[in-house]
Amino acid sequence: MSTIEREHDQVVPLYTPARIPRGAPSKIDPPPGEDLITINFGPNHPSTHGVLRLIVTLDGEVVVGLDADIGYVHTGFEKNFEQKTYWKCIPYSPRMDYLGFFANELAYVGAVEQLIEIDVPERAQWIRTLFAELNRIHSHLIFLGTSGVELGAMSVFFYCLRERDRVLDLFEMVTGVRMHDRYPQFGGVAEDLPKGFYAEAKRFVHDMRLRIDEYLDLLAGNPIWRDRLRGIGTIAPQEAIAMGLSGPNLRASGVPFDLRRNDPYLAYDKLEFDVITGEKGDCYDRFLCRTMEMYESVKIIDQCLDGMPTGPVMSDNRKYVLPPRSELHTSMESLIHHFKLVTEGFRPPPGQVYHAVESPRGEFGCYLASDGGPRPWRVHFRAPSFVSLQVTAMMAHRRYIADMIAVVGSLDGVMGECDR
Amino acid sequence: MNAEELAEAVTAALPGAVSAHDDGADMPTLTVPVDRLVEVCTYLRDEQGKNFLSAVTAVDHLGYGEDVSGYYGTVRGRDINHVGSWGAAETVAAPPTRFSVKYHVAHIGSGDEPPARVRVQVFVEDGEEVPTVIPVWPTADWHEREQYDLMGIVFSGHPNMTRLIMPSDWDGHPLRKDYPIGGEPVQFTDAV
Repeated sequence: MSTIEREHDQVVPLYTPARIPRGAPSKIDPPPGEDLITINFGPNHPSTHGVLRLIVTLDGEVVVGLDADIGYVHTGFEKNFEQKTYWKCIPYSPRMDYLGFFANELAYVGAVEQLIEIDVPERAQWIRTLFAELNRIHSHLIFLGTSGVELGAMSVFFYCLRERDRVLDLFEMVTGVRMHDRYPQFGGVAEDLPKGFYAEAKRFVHDMRLRIDEYLDLLAGNPIWRDRLRGIGTIAPQEAIAMGLSGPNLRASGVPFDLRRNDPYLAYDKLEFDVITGEKGDCYDRFLCRTMEMYESVKIIDQCLDGMPTGPVMSDNRKYVLPPRSELHTSMESLIHHFKLVTEGFRPPPGQVYHAVESPRGEFGCYLASDGGPRPWRVHFRAPSFVSLQVTAMMAHRRYIADMIAVVGSLDGVMGECDR
Repeated sequence: MNAEELAEAVTAALPGAVSAHDDGADMPTLTVPVDRLVEVCTYLRDEQGKNFLSAVTAVDHLGYGEDVSGYYGTVRGRDINHVGSWGAAETVAAPPTRFSVKYHVAHIGSGDEPPARVRVQVFVEDGEEVPTVIPVWPTADWHEREQYDLMGIVFSGHPNMTRLIMPSDWDGHPLRKDYPIGGEPVQFTDAV
């Protein structure tokens, strides 16, 4: 497993290979036959990562027809966003992808920042980068743990959750809560890093490297694990692009597309890291891609801790940013700004933006339209899980039903984000 | 490539296929007549390398720019914050039709080149059908079903134009601006 060097100007052609089902690409109609049985897989099956219902037609143990039914945890996030002022929407965003919560906030906050053209201080960008990577580790740990449980490797789950707790401890130290932190805000982050964070995070960086080695020993060194994943759910690079895969799912097929590298945001253009790619695009490569990505995230966190510039963590543009608490008692203007921002909110100029970040699951995009009013006119999220679950049918077709579980697990879908 | 260059390139290949173009804050935007949509998308994919469809987004413009966004129930909304009360208030011209559908496309190469995103948008009236782009980008399948489900845009030629997220017997399309909040009958009560 290493990054693949290729000609930079080479365009990956898009074609519609025979493997992408004709008609509706996310559905495979069962062939006519008498000995087939159709079963409901889910919505509450332990291996469906939330509430996903697959309508599977089986010929013996082989999947010959598949249709996915989603929407069980649809909560109308996008409709809710239209009812709130921009500030009040921030706490909603992390609740979609509850594992990659920080990336969701970054996408929404980034979109609004692009719309109102506010400058984010350098230090705030580095802090955001640091937490985006901590969050990536958090999400990948859950992926490792749960896909281990699905395929019968129970012990990894406990080890992964042990480290996940340390990530959440770091979040708690800075943001006050373990998840869904509302830490990034328009124009920066809520508060500066507290005393003691540096040492604690450094200890985590040191330990995490060793822990990832352990996971690799436990899983990649396990012949049963390898046999369960190798050659299962293969997808070619062109098919992956055509089906809209992104993030580790796409990179496992050998396409080195990573928004952190290809379209740098935050401080990523100042940091050294590798874009991990796979070769075959099977479940094993997707597993390995995520695990190796954790090393890169640790690397980025280490650089962030050491290279972080000093300075303010919040913009000083009072038309959009809440004034500091200390000023409210002495400054009339601050009091007025605070009152207006909290009651009415601010009014960005009319327009539309699409802002995408590399969430742990791939390209998480936020489309935002404003009509000049204090609430978003329309918010739409491009959820990577939503897109990647489309390929379940293609990957599981003519495979054993046990392999389908490996496929669904390896796509790492989070249903909260998929259904929104 | 900015919007003007892109529009020129598209128009040179497909005369009359771009009705407006605009350099947005984020990416060039091309406005395309509905009947030319698939042509333009195919051109962008094959000649401009836009092999990746990020998202399909439908927007409902009912009441767009009228005082307060997000509130409805009355035609003018609940006017607690009249435009012009402070800051950069400005009203906007309403779009030509009630709905618009945006396609965010990007280029994925095999190096670290930028994705060079482009937004293609079409404007449609209520009930007007938009041709499907599944033949151009197969990933459009669920994207279009989602927009049909939540916004009620019908994509003609889609092989499986059914509800995706809401239950299959749901009434109405929840993301429309005239879909009431808090007023709908409570679902599933008959199942208790």
